[in-house]
Formats: sequence, C-alpha cells, structure tokens
Amino acid sequence: MSMAPTAARSGLLACEVCRLVSHAPPPGSDAYCPRCGAMLHTRKPASLARTWAFLIAAIILYVPANTLPIMDTSSLFGTQSDTILSGVAFLWTSGSFVLASLVFFASVMVPLAKMIALAVLAGSVQMRSVRHQRTRTRLYRIIEFAGRWSMLDIYVVTILVALVQVSTFASIHAGPGAAAFGAVVVLTMFAAASFDPRLIWDIQEKES
Amino acid sequence: MSSPTFVACLECDLLHRQTQLPSGGEARCTRCGALLYRHAPPDANERALALALTACILFVVANVYPIVGLEVQGTHTSSTLFGAVESLWDDEARTVAVLVFFTTIFVPAAELIGLTWVLVTLRQGARGRGAVPILHFIESVKPWGMVEVFLLGVLVSLVKLAHIATIEPGVALFSFGALMAFIAAAAAAFDPDAAWKQLETIR
Repeated sequence: MSMAPTAARSGLLACEVCRLVSHAPPPGSDAYCPRCGAMLHTRKPASLARTWAFLIAAIILYVPANTLPIMDTSSLFGTQSDTILSGVAFLWTSGSFVLASLVFFASVMVPLAKMIALAVLAGSVQMRSVRHQRTRTRLYRIIEFAGRWSMLDIYVVTILVALVQVSTFASIHAGPGAAAFGAVVVLTMFAAASFDPRLIWDIQEKES
Repeated sequence: MSSPTFVACLECDLLHRQTQLPSGGEARCTRCGALLYRHAPPDANERALALALTACILFVVANVYPIVGLEVQGTHTSSTLFGAVESLWDDEARTVAVLVFFTTIFVPAAELIGLTWVLVTLRQGARGRGAVPILHFIESVKPWGMVEVFLLGVLVSLVKLAHIATIEPGVALFSFGALMAFIAAAAAAFDPDAAWKQLETIR
C-alpha cells in the first residue's frame, strides 16, 4: 500500500481550532498556530491514557448511576424512589411508549453503547488493528455526536424538582443517582474528546 | 511559513488541497469521509450575525419568563430555568445544579454573546477586544451547550406531570424552541475560516 500523504508525515501541523496547516517547528520546542495562537500537537497528548482514565471512571460510576434513585417522590400515599429504569417503566406502563423508548434509548442505551464503543476504539488502537478503519472512524464520529443526549434525564429531574417541590399534594427531590448519572455523561464526553481518531490510521502507515 | 491552500483531515490526518466548492457544496475526506469544509457564501458571517443577534434576544426571553406552569387543586406553581437551577441547589443536589446551569445557561449565553461581539467588530473592520481568545473559548465549550437536549427533557417531564396536574406551557417554552433553531442556524451559517482570515489581516 502506498504511503498516504498525511500532515504528520509531511512535517506539517494542523490547528484544531482554526484548521490552518503550518510547518512543524524543530522537535523539542512547543508549536503554536501562526494564525490563531493555539497550541499545536501532531496527535492529542496522552490520548489513550486519558481516554482509558475517563472511561474507567465512567464505568465505575455507571453502577451507582443506575442503582441509586435519581428522584424521590413523597406524597400522601408514601415515598417512592425512582431509578432511571423505573422511570422508563413508569412511562411505559402509563402508555407513553414513544417517550419510554426515547428515554430508554437516551439514558440507558446511549451511555452503555458509548462506553463499549470507546473501549473498542482505544483497545483496537492499542492492539494495532488495521481493520475497518473507516467504520471505526465513523463510530467515533457518532459517539461524539450522540453522547450529549444522555443528559436528558438530568433535565427531566430538574423540571420535576422545580415544579413539584413546594406543592401540597407531593414533593419531588433529586436523588444521589442523579449526580452519579451526570458524572457518567460528563466523563464519557471527556473520554471521547481525549481520544484521537487519527491514531486509528497511524498504524497502517507505520507498517506499510 | 504557513501553507493556507492545504487542509488536513482532523480525523485521519490526510492532507487535501483546498479547492473552490460550488454553492452549497461540502468537501469530505477521501479516506475516512469526515467533513473537511463547506462552501460559505461571501455574506456568511453577516447572516450568522443576524441569526446570533436574534438568538440573543430569544435567550433573554427564554430565561425571563416561566418555562411551564402547573395547577393542582387550585395551587399554581411555575418556574423559570434559573428558578429550576435554584431549586436543585436548595435541594442539596448541588453538583446537578451546577451541571444544569453550565450546560443550559452559561455555555449558550457565553457562546452567543462571544460570537455576536466578534462578528459585530469584524463587520466594522475592527479587531474586537479579545476576539482570538473568545473564538478559542467558543470552540472549546461548543459540545457543552445543550439547549436542544434540555428542551426534550422539558417535554418528557411535561408528559410525566400531565397525569397528576394541569400543565400550562409558558412563554419561555416556545422561546426555547425558537432559541434552539436559531443557535443551530447561527452555528451553521458561521464561517470561522473567513473570520480567522479577516482577523489575520487586521493584525
């Protein structure tokens, strides 16, 4: 396979902010974009180590995020604690199938799929895989875009707490699971931002 | 020095020579398919400014008025977005309160004010104070502005509440809908490359 003309091989650096391509300075000195002044890197620094660190933290917090209640409702009939899944079940049994599916997708499927995908991406780069590079790059693009939608349940809790806090018939309070869940979303977003998809393509170049 | 005719794919690092695109066209990486750049009309940043200004006004309306009201047995409650953040804070859910404030108020506001400021000063042929750090800041916080996710969250919570109370959608609910559309339109219209080139010549 012929050597692909990449910026790195041509001794060029691309600015991630203003996208200007400029010549790399001599090795050992810090590079700054001549146009916008942003710090330049050939690849995101310590990409794999940072991705794994954020990812592992997210996986650990995923447990309390799903087992602890995100919301406590107290009414005349007693106190009820809701986890993410019981909230989905409530929507489903009350007949809102579309919304139940939507919340299930955004709160359960997206974070889970995102963590698995990030592990696959980081793992495959570490195992120097040269297969399905285009598909893996596309996978990265999708998780970078979709991760934000997991914040949905946090906003649902916010509105419910605000509206049903001081009324006479019931009161809703945020549970400890909400903070854990928010942390999972933030950590997976950091993990995705730390991963450098260009690493997927670097391996082929070294071996070809 | 720099070679402005080249563009590198940010997802696979392949170098491409920049070419003139037809109206509405976009250039994608030949190796991984990532978006490289879009055709931008000459008045792209004029349009972006108009859209950003509109979004600024909508942002104010969306934050001043209540998002939704609730009526149960004659008792009426309503809340603005900031009021909702305050309830979370008072409810000892401080981490969540900060997260909601940051993603739905601080980031969208900073992004809109920053973009408007840079575009207004560029339009007058001047280099606005702090234009470069502002553009850097906008770029780094972009993924954290979540107005559209928030709006969907409001709709889900309304469905949940509809079982136990009468819902009165507030002015801010509709303003948030419009705000979401205008933020997306302003971001799509904004041509950062033209802005950077212009900032370079003013220096």
